[in-house]
Amino acid sequence: MKEVKLMKGNEAIAEAAIRAGADGYFGYPITPQSEVLEYLMSQKPHERTGMVVLQAESEVAAINMVYGGAATGKKVMTSSSSPGISLKMEGISYMAGAQLPCLIVNVVRGGPGLGTIQPSQSDYFQATKGGGHGDYRLFVLAPASVQEMADFVKQGFDLAFKYRNPVMILSDGIIGQMMEKVELEEQQPRLTQAEVVKKCPWATTGKTPDRERNIITSLDLEASKQELHNKVLQEKYEKMEEDVRFETFNCDDAEYIFIAYGSVARICQKAIDIARSKGIKVGLLRPITLFPFPSKKVAELATKVKGMMSVEMSAGQMVEDVKLAVNGKIPVEFYGRMGGMIPSPEEIVRALKNQLIGG
Amino acid sequence: MTEEIIIAGFGGQGVLSMGKILAYSGMMQDQEVSWMPAYGPEMRGGTANVTVILSDERISSPVLSKYDTAIILNQQSMDKFECAVKEGGLLLYDPNGITKPPTRMDIQIFKVSATEEATKMGNTKIFNMIVLGAYLKVKPLVKLENVIKGLQKSLPARHHNLIPENEKAISRGLEIVEKVN
Amino acid sequence: MEIKDIIQEKNIVYKRTSLLTDKAMSYCPGCGHGTAHRIIMEVIEEMGIQSSTIGVAPVGCSVLAYEFLDIDMQQAAHGRAPALATAIKRLNPEKHVFTYQGDGDLAAIGTAETIHACNRGEKIVIVFINNGIYGMTGGQMAPTTLPGMKASTCPFGRDTELMGNPLRMTELVAHLPGTYFVTRQAVHTPVAVRKTKKAIRFAFENAENGVNFVEIVSNCNSGWKMTPVQANKWMEENMFPFYPLGDIKVPEKK
Repeated sequence: MKEVKLMKGNEAIAEAAIRAGADGYFGYPITPQSEVLEYLMSQKPHERTGMVVLQAESEVAAINMVYGGAATGKKVMTSSSSPGISLKMEGISYMAGAQLPCLIVNVVRGGPGLGTIQPSQSDYFQATKGGGHGDYRLFVLAPASVQEMADFVKQGFDLAFKYRNPVMILSDGIIGQMMEKVELEEQQPRLTQAEVVKKCPWATTGKTPDRERNIITSLDLEASKQELHNKVLQEKYEKMEEDVRFETFNCDDAEYIFIAYGSVARICQKAIDIARSKGIKVGLLRPITLFPFPSKKVAELATKVKGMMSVEMSAGQMVEDVKLAVNGKIPVEFYGRMGGMIPSPEEIVRALKNQLIGG
Repeated sequence: MTEEIIIAGFGGQGVLSMGKILAYSGMMQDQEVSWMPAYGPEMRGGTANVTVILSDERISSPVLSKYDTAIILNQQSMDKFECAVKEGGLLLYDPNGITKPPTRMDIQIFKVSATEEATKMGNTKIFNMIVLGAYLKVKPLVKLENVIKGLQKSLPARHHNLIPENEKAISRGLEIVEKVN
Repeated sequence: MEIKDIIQEKNIVYKRTSLLTDKAMSYCPGCGHGTAHRIIMEVIEEMGIQSSTIGVAPVGCSVLAYEFLDIDMQQAAHGRAPALATAIKRLNPEKHVFTYQGDGDLAAIGTAETIHACNRGEKIVIVFINNGIYGMTGGQMAPTTLPGMKASTCPFGRDTELMGNPLRMTELVAHLPGTYFVTRQAVHTPVAVRKTKKAIRFAFENAENGVNFVEIVSNCNSGWKMTPVQANKWMEENMFPFYPLGDIKVPEKK
């Protein structure tokens, strides 16, 4: 039987990382995600599985440690919150360029700047459109429960190695700080060095006589080769479409659709209960992967309903992807709160009535 | 059954840990539970509050603006949350430091002099367990045995010797809670 | 005797290490990088650790070091090599890990990573090439540019009032408990090369004891706008007084 525990989202990330057989975690404290590193350290991971956990001198150093570790084929990760993720962006761009697998957790807080420590979803653009310099994408998973915080660690690592690409778990202060029941996977062993060499023939594991040397770099000064490399990356991002994920609630008879991810998708479910008790037929599409974005599902729903409303803790970021997918077929509205404010289910219903239904 | 609770007071009153014990208790009887703290500056001595949901079904929003029960432990929280109790819901408060007692007529109001009682019992740290006992008297949604199990789960092993005293505090809360309206 | 009589196996007194690739080096004629690369590879060859060595290249002239060194290598973002090396070594404790960094990389943008890797006592070798200028980007001022020395961003010479002082990074890291062996060497004469090679060998052999930090004071004849010979002379007369050669921190003999 699986072990059930009551945990904070941040703790679930940490415990799941150990259990997924992660080789290394490198991080720097920042609210509201410091429990990840705190929990890891409390677990003496070096004794439990041999996992390396290190508090770096900065977010910049932490992501570059992740780069170094990932380039040796190891299963490595970092976590931070918005200002810290901005600092990591250089390293993330380099990892995308060098095609290195890793897991990055962003427990988002309100910005810009130092902003607030309260929850937000204002890093959607940064997560899904690249974030750092250059044409690149991260595979972005958006958990809506503590259970998914745990589950997405293992799944995130698998996707990272499948695509040789950084994967981001885009969470927020609500999911990071809240406690829920979580079913934990059994401990997976860390890969042996022989397994790493077999799984990652590209990694810098030491040049043996049977192969050419391995080089991990994002540099190619020759423009034609760099373009070719970019094409390879773009093809990879297109292929990610096969792993697109979403879930729907009450969509079958819906006349209107909320589109929301992460914690706001949970709040929208409550809003749906309230709205339906008043006779408003509204459903929810919850993208689980934000990149790849479930554009096809949005387009399909657009042929069935009267209107959609993207609900976010931002000034309106995901709504742009919704509009692209809907392509003008039906009205797309937006309702959001910013700066760490959390929308209540009641105000979401009000916004639905005022902005989309009318009257 | 779904019970949506807000517990609000000063940081240091044990608001978060009381919520945690409640959540663990629900978990011990196989309910779905969520515990969502208002985190941040509150952690350092200001006001603290936590939303706890116990339910037989999957929990949707962990963040709410209306509650079945508000457990209120200071005046600022009274100002903020009296109006957030659903019609017919419960407001439980400790009169200590309350200058403007609740006035709503469409909800049930109970009080428990937990601060005073904890001082009498010679241990201010068990204050929150007295409040919890009072809540359990009015809404016996979780069984006492599951609360004790919850305490065992939420307290580190080195503090398990304190469980009998916490149990005593819960019993005391059960006894001294008073109906106000 | 004809030339073909001289070119014979038995007459070989020196040959290139097999751990350098056939790729023609992109460094300017007279630059010290080539020599520094060669002696590191000679040490790796002599120690027989090619298959267990992972190197980290910086951003700077030696950004393409991986083109020339026949070992597994990673190329780091500017200044971050010690962070990469930290994780590589911790996750692969059986490997030999070194960084190869210039002055801008190690002593300006990567100061934090350098100091903290040194302070933590990471079990790595850091080779620091100090030529007092940014070579790759075209001769701008470096953190190690000498007072009065000209560079494209201090065309009238480094004015320490305006631009601050040059940083003696090697002396600085020698104070940290995590460094084991800290030395400053050069590669402009055969004697200097032999000493540097000895230092690098010592560094690789003692990496398990903490950071082994080898600074190589070098020239940049292109950036300094001198011929190679002038550059070496200028280096001896100006760089060495400010960056004196020799061991700075030597482990106590057991």
